[in-house]
Amino acid sequence: MTYHNPPTTPRRSATFDEYTMSEIRRAAATGIYDIRGAGAKRKLPHFDDLLFLGASISRYPLEGYREKCETSVTLGARHATKPIELKIPITIAGMSFGSLSGPAKEALGRGATIAGTSTTTGDGGMTEEERGHSKTLVYQYLPSRYGMNLRDLRRADAIEIVVGQGAKPGGGGMLLGQKISDRVAEMRTLPKGIDQRSACRHPDWTGPDDLEIKILELREITDWEKPIYVKIGGARPYYDTALAVKAGADVVVLDGMQGGTAATQEVFIEHVGQPTLACIRPAVKALQDLGMHRKVQLVVSGGIRNGADVAKALALGADVVSIGTAALIALGDNDPRWEEEYQKLGTTAGAYDDWHEGKDPAGITTQDPELMKRVDPVAAGRRLANYLKVMTLEAQTIARACGKNHVHNLEPEDLCALTIEAAAMAGVPLAGTSWIPGQGAF
Amino acid sequence: MNVTNVATTPAREVNYAPRVFDLATTPLRDLNQALHQIADGADEPAWEVLNPKGSHAVAAGVDQPITIEVRGSVGYYCGGMNSKGNITVHGSAGPGVGENMMSGSIVVKGDASQYAGATGRGGLLVIEGNASSRCGISMKGIDIVVCGNVGHMSAFMAQSGNLVVLGDAGDALGDSIYEARLFVRGNVKSLGADCIKKEMRPEHLAKLRELLDRAGVKGVKPEEFTRYGSARTLYNFNIDNADAY
Repeated sequence: MTYHNPPTTPRRSATFDEYTMSEIRRAAATGIYDIRGAGAKRKLPHFDDLLFLGASISRYPLEGYREKCETSVTLGARHATKPIELKIPITIAGMSFGSLSGPAKEALGRGATIAGTSTTTGDGGMTEEERGHSKTLVYQYLPSRYGMNLRDLRRADAIEIVVGQGAKPGGGGMLLGQKISDRVAEMRTLPKGIDQRSACRHPDWTGPDDLEIKILELREITDWEKPIYVKIGGARPYYDTALAVKAGADVVVLDGMQGGTAATQEVFIEHVGQPTLACIRPAVKALQDLGMHRKVQLVVSGGIRNGADVAKALALGADVVSIGTAALIALGDNDPRWEEEYQKLGTTAGAYDDWHEGKDPAGITTQDPELMKRVDPVAAGRRLANYLKVMTLEAQTIARACGKNHVHNLEPEDLCALTIEAAAMAGVPLAGTSWIPGQGAF
Repeated sequence: MNVTNVATTPAREVNYAPRVFDLATTPLRDLNQALHQIADGADEPAWEVLNPKGSHAVAAGVDQPITIEVRGSVGYYCGGMNSKGNITVHGSAGPGVGENMMSGSIVVKGDASQYAGATGRGGLLVIEGNASSRCGISMKGIDIVVCGNVGHMSAFMAQSGNLVVLGDAGDALGDSIYEARLFVRGNVKSLGADCIKKEMRPEHLAKLRELLDRAGVKGVKPEEFTRYGSARTLYNFNIDNADAY
């Protein structure tokens, strides 16, 4: 009688999984780190881990479509004589001309304007497309100062001093040679076709005391009219928020690690910074400790996708949320209609993130004149406006169900968490318990 | 060395007294707002600021061809984003004098602190004394003439424009420089990544002559300077250059 040893099933390593091994092979072959766009793709504790409780015997709901639920918000009234008035608590985050095509920037302006909200420039200066089509435009003041000039500063509606962003707290911008067209090169005062790595630190200030003087200068230049925002990456949200407020900011913009980027090292995107969910409560706590909650507005971004996310961020204490990646998807980014072309680029619709290569089949993250023709700014702007309106309606639906006549009346007490991690980060009880883990000093 | 300042010459004849702002009695905001409210073609070409006493953002955001005499030393960001204005500081200047200047001129009679002319896009900045570290950082078209020395990391990531140093330069001059041109008359303690000594061709000598004349510098020959600029080896990433950073 012959006896055969039973074979074991081939076992793949959880540590050396398929993606990890492919990345080792890629690094070995090319000698350069992986650069890509978008934000963290790993699974993180997020708004999906929170649920609203809704109304009950102790609190009554508002009638949908009948009883009003307000969504308007004023930003920057702390010091600015011309604060920003928005109809909805959702803004469009800073994305540069250069990383995005001109038609894509125009579409963002059109969509935001129809929906009654603001758009934001990026690390490449202000273009006529976006100024012309954005009723309310926030002008970013970045370390690179590409395209920064007095005229644009004065025709902006608000100024956003960028200290960091969620995808890369502590990192600077990156725009590789393929996307430095003549127009982009001129706006950035750089030779065409070079790899442009912009600074991570401002050239003329460091630290909170300098920041206060920088804010003073910008206020003096613009005659104290325009709100000054300070944008921080989700690194040390309690202290960064407190220091921004102390330096005189009217608005703090807080971007968690799911927040997108045009191009950054994969290792940076996935391993530096904190999830959005973990950043909100410490920032709100800082505002409350300083007596500035609702006086200095908090804008939260990084992974906002729908009205539930909006409502949850507001319930945790944010005044406004901001979207970048989601807005690009609304314009047509990663649309399955271009699947054949995504396949040719070695990827698939939904996973395309090599935005820095400038070959975007959807015509959004490119400077290729032929590709960018695929973005019809009017139609894409309409899609963005629709999406913003749907998100607002969804947030109102939840707020009414919780008995709130303004989305800002949502509060942490309206929430519970599905996981211990989310309960700790959001500072709300684990579902079915009264337990809030992690209470104590941030 | 004899330095006379042509840049402070008013753009046209002035036959009446300058508008005087005394910062000891008038808030800074009033000064800057008055400067910003000057209409195109208005006949208010001469301004004088007394008792700046280290105030920040003095004459920031000027956008008319006026002359401003600042009688004393200023703090941060004097003449920030200046456009067309001709500003003279009769004292020393704190960090970021003339930051992101668009055009016009700024003359500092004394010394300047860090980041003088940072990200400047045009116009002429003259420091008659010394400038500290990071002079001309990220400059984007401005011309800077320093009659004394400059500190470390000057012209860091300088993109465009000219930096002229009559004295010495500190460590890491022109680190990660793009297309700006650097002219140093004295010693350079060390050059930064991708910054190299370059040949002084006739067009550079002519440009330098013009810059010295505009800055009112006399008795100095362009031939006494050495030119530095980008080796352009770091313009496109190569892993084998990673140790240069």
